[in-house]
Amino acid sequence: MLIRFFFMLREGGLKPSITELLTLLAALKSGVAGYSVEDFYFLARAALVKDESLYDRFDRIFGAHFRGVEANFRALAGEVPEEWLRRQAELLLSEEERAQIEAMGGFEKLMEALQKRLEEQGERHEGGSKWIGTAGTSPFGAYGYNPEGVRIGQAGSRHRSAVKVWDRREFRNLDDTVELGTRNIKVALRRLRRFAREGAADQLDLDATIDSTARNAGLLDIKMVPERHNAIKVLLCLDIGGSMDDHVRICEELFSAARTEFKHLKHYYFHNFIYESLWKDNRRRHSERVPLSEITHKYGPDYKLVFVGDATMSPYEIVYPGGSVEHWNEEPGAIWIKRLLKAYPKAIWLNPEPRARWDYTPSIKLTRELMEDRMFPLSIGGIDDGIKSLH
Amino acid sequence: MADSKFKGTSRYVATDDLMMAVNAAVTLERPILIKGEPGTGKTQLAEEVAAALDRPLYEWHIKSTTKAQQGLYDYDAVARLRDSQLGDNRVHDIANYIVRGKIWEAFASDVQPVLLIDEIDKADIEFPNDLLRELDRMEFYVYETKELVKATHRPIVVITSNNEKELPDAFLRRCFFHYIKFPDTETMEKIVDVHFPNLKKMLLKQALEVFYKVREVPGLKKKPSTSELLDWIKLLLAEDIPPEALRDSENRKAIPPLYGALLKNEQDVHLFEQLVFLDRRSRTQ
Repeated sequence: MLIRFFFMLREGGLKPSITELLTLLAALKSGVAGYSVEDFYFLARAALVKDESLYDRFDRIFGAHFRGVEANFRALAGEVPEEWLRRQAELLLSEEERAQIEAMGGFEKLMEALQKRLEEQGERHEGGSKWIGTAGTSPFGAYGYNPEGVRIGQAGSRHRSAVKVWDRREFRNLDDTVELGTRNIKVALRRLRRFAREGAADQLDLDATIDSTARNAGLLDIKMVPERHNAIKVLLCLDIGGSMDDHVRICEELFSAARTEFKHLKHYYFHNFIYESLWKDNRRRHSERVPLSEITHKYGPDYKLVFVGDATMSPYEIVYPGGSVEHWNEEPGAIWIKRLLKAYPKAIWLNPEPRARWDYTPSIKLTRELMEDRMFPLSIGGIDDGIKSLH
Repeated sequence: MADSKFKGTSRYVATDDLMMAVNAAVTLERPILIKGEPGTGKTQLAEEVAAALDRPLYEWHIKSTTKAQQGLYDYDAVARLRDSQLGDNRVHDIANYIVRGKIWEAFASDVQPVLLIDEIDKADIEFPNDLLRELDRMEFYVYETKELVKATHRPIVVITSNNEKELPDAFLRRCFFHYIKFPDTETMEKIVDVHFPNLKKMLLKQALEVFYKVREVPGLKKKPSTSELLDWIKLLLAEDIPPEALRDSENRKAIPPLYGALLKNEQDVHLFEQLVFLDRRSRTQ
């Protein structure tokens, strides 16, 4: 049974190893988990999933695999789960409601009916007016409207039925295929640090030590060299204004994180697409522009070029002279970006638009071709892939 | 095994899933890796596990310059060189210059210890890889003295990470993993109750309400976390602020008293004040 679950996890994009499966089995054998599904869920998660961004995927697979099993559980038990019945003492009923229960035949009758219906009901259920489940009007279930109701499975720490824990999918927004949110972006941007801080070293400068010890008539004189800092250089070009307004926040965060990470970070702005000049200060974008030739001249080819933009515009703005929405450009943007890419062979384009929309926007397709397919979504996974291709 | 189950302590509220992960790690003697938002009690967990199971605790705090070797031992070659120049007799035994690190200390402990490796992500990217064998086999080799150091008892290893760097797969495979999610209102009430047992119900309710409201303010750079809430309540108690003041602030002034304990950077405070101002204006109109 667990082997099938294991392969289901692997198919679902999680990569648990055999070691991890063996660990889980060893833990089960030693009896850590007790005999409840919920315990097993917690244990399996701790043993098999090592990244909170994959919790949600795990929850879904776990739910899909064990939902049937749980139904069997119920059939085996042949009666109302003990946990549910225990709640009878905790019914939140007022005097009037209690009177209404009397109308239905009293408390015992109600519980009897509950048990009977559970036997009829084969599976998990939501809505509706008879079966037990959530959001319905049957007297049994949760979040419902029947005043004679017995609350079953409504969130409360002691009572939650096992399936609910993973059904709640609390870690949904951490899944790395989801576009970045405010919390996610912090995690993702830290990935940039990975290649900016490699090779930290705090070493004895052997040559200088020998040299100065010799000069010191053989008395030891230690010389140290300072830690070697990473010399990675980044040229960041940000699209600003227009359709990018929806993405301002995300770009701000990317920018501020990048700024603290890299010692050599140069940034420039552009509007919609790259033409003959860029600018550094948005308030003086018309008066203080830097010609592209000056940029390629000033910063060597060891700089890595990162564009951030939605590349959403009219295709004319890319391929025709004079296509720019702001000024008359003698040469089309496509030529200018080719020049930039020639000067900086290591380049990527990060696009805040979801990947699914890329194929439907001609300008994105065009930009992607110009970038030789090095366009990545501005999501955790996208930044990760982008950084890999920059290496 | 019943006595060595971790169930939280009188000072620390552990959720079911956290307890399960810790107990699995303790039973199987595997390291446990803890991640979570800052201020959710990752480091404290090791202290509480040690206290609850009555084990000695060895803490190894990692910095960006920490090397894996430093946890094992340091060979003080410079001291030996100096001693040789001064003609010290100690110089003939290399073992005199081997300084034990935290891992060695934990390995040498007479009872099973708890070893905390705090903020492992701060170190160099290769750091966890350098510790694979040590954490797996619980042994290492001292090259200078040609001695194999083996753990007398496999320590309970608690590793915390703030997610600043990704950890290598080979390392992750050897650990149990738990992500401490931000506590819901109910757990939070328990946590506050553990820290301030005699807190008035009213004050707690109001304080939590304000706290979760502040957390919901869109665009905060650093959302206040559990430890900030506890600090804030401590301040409220010290200043003897009545619960009514908190409710008042919701309706009229809307800036909670002593909010400096909750918001830790000026942009956030500024944003918050702006929102409050807008809110107040929309109410008066």
